[in-house]
Amino acid sequence: MSLPAALPTIPGPAGPQRLRALLERGLPLTERPWQALAEQCGMSEGEVLAWVECWQREGLIKRLGLVVRHHALGIRANAMVVWDLPDESVAEMGRRLAAEPAVTLCYRRRRQPPEWPYNLFCMIHGSRRERVLAALDEIVGRHGLQGIPRRVLFSLKAYKQCGGRYTHEEQP
Amino acid sequence: MAELDALDRRLIDAFQRDLPLCPRPFAAMAERLGVSEAQVVQRLQALQRCEVLSRVGPVFDHARAGASLLAAVSVPEAERDAVAAAINRSPGVNHNYAREHRYNLWFVMTAADEVQLEARLEALEEELGRPLLRLPMVEGYHIDLGFPIPWAELEAP
Repeated sequence: MSLPAALPTIPGPAGPQRLRALLERGLPLTERPWQALAEQCGMSEGEVLAWVECWQREGLIKRLGLVVRHHALGIRANAMVVWDLPDESVAEMGRRLAAEPAVTLCYRRRRQPPEWPYNLFCMIHGSRRERVLAALDEIVGRHGLQGIPRRVLFSLKAYKQCGGRYTHEEQP
Repeated sequence: MAELDALDRRLIDAFQRDLPLCPRPFAAMAERLGVSEAQVVQRLQALQRCEVLSRVGPVFDHARAGASLLAAVSVPEAERDAVAAAINRSPGVNHNYAREHRYNLWFVMTAADEVQLEARLEALEEELGRPLLRLPMVEGYHIDLGFPIPWAELEAP
């Protein structure tokens, strides 16, 4: 089997591309979910499992499992914390912040001055705003970030939260 | 908040990642938890119905799965819901949040490739009649393992 090198998409009714489109919506909750997917994309159950195993090994799939909606669980405070770090230290600090248990996502992004000077983004989730801010205070202290300009953007409302749609397939 | 019992929590704690990759994954999960396959399937269906569970399946690496971009737009608060609805209708949008900032709507646009992504962004920008703040990712530092749910904290008064 060839590796999924041709990720930028080959639209088609069958095969791995169709499988990816179906997987973005999640597994059917039946006893043989892979068999059900296999039937929809003209593959065998074994081929489907082999592709998924391959995508996991290659890193295209970061994790495979239950994707929960944190808000529905009561994890209501969601802060996007953005920092304006010097370019020469942003990667090192990004790795350090990513290792913080309270930080659930951490990315370096391109600045858009003058509108947007911030280059490091991290997400902190918690049940309440005060807990998120307390966790942030600890992080600032631990990493000596007191002098670094930052903004905390709490979310007010989630209008949409679902998996990515990376394939050319139409949605059913 | 949805009422979850011990089995629901054990399912979430054990299987945010490492879903068994075999023909009957729910039977394998059931065996690990000491329950029946039917119970696992029923619980997952119930969690999905009460919207705790978005789906069971893969989380793709944005950077490798195709093209994606975090974007923001600044709109008057009174128009926020209407603009958010327009953003949600736009193909490829998978996250869309209101946040406390002058840039008050934040969303992620996804596409199969950069060309399609740019076309989608330009179409949306034109529809909204407002400039989008485009914040492409340079580097990711976090591996999404599905973070542990702080059950005790959620139960605190």
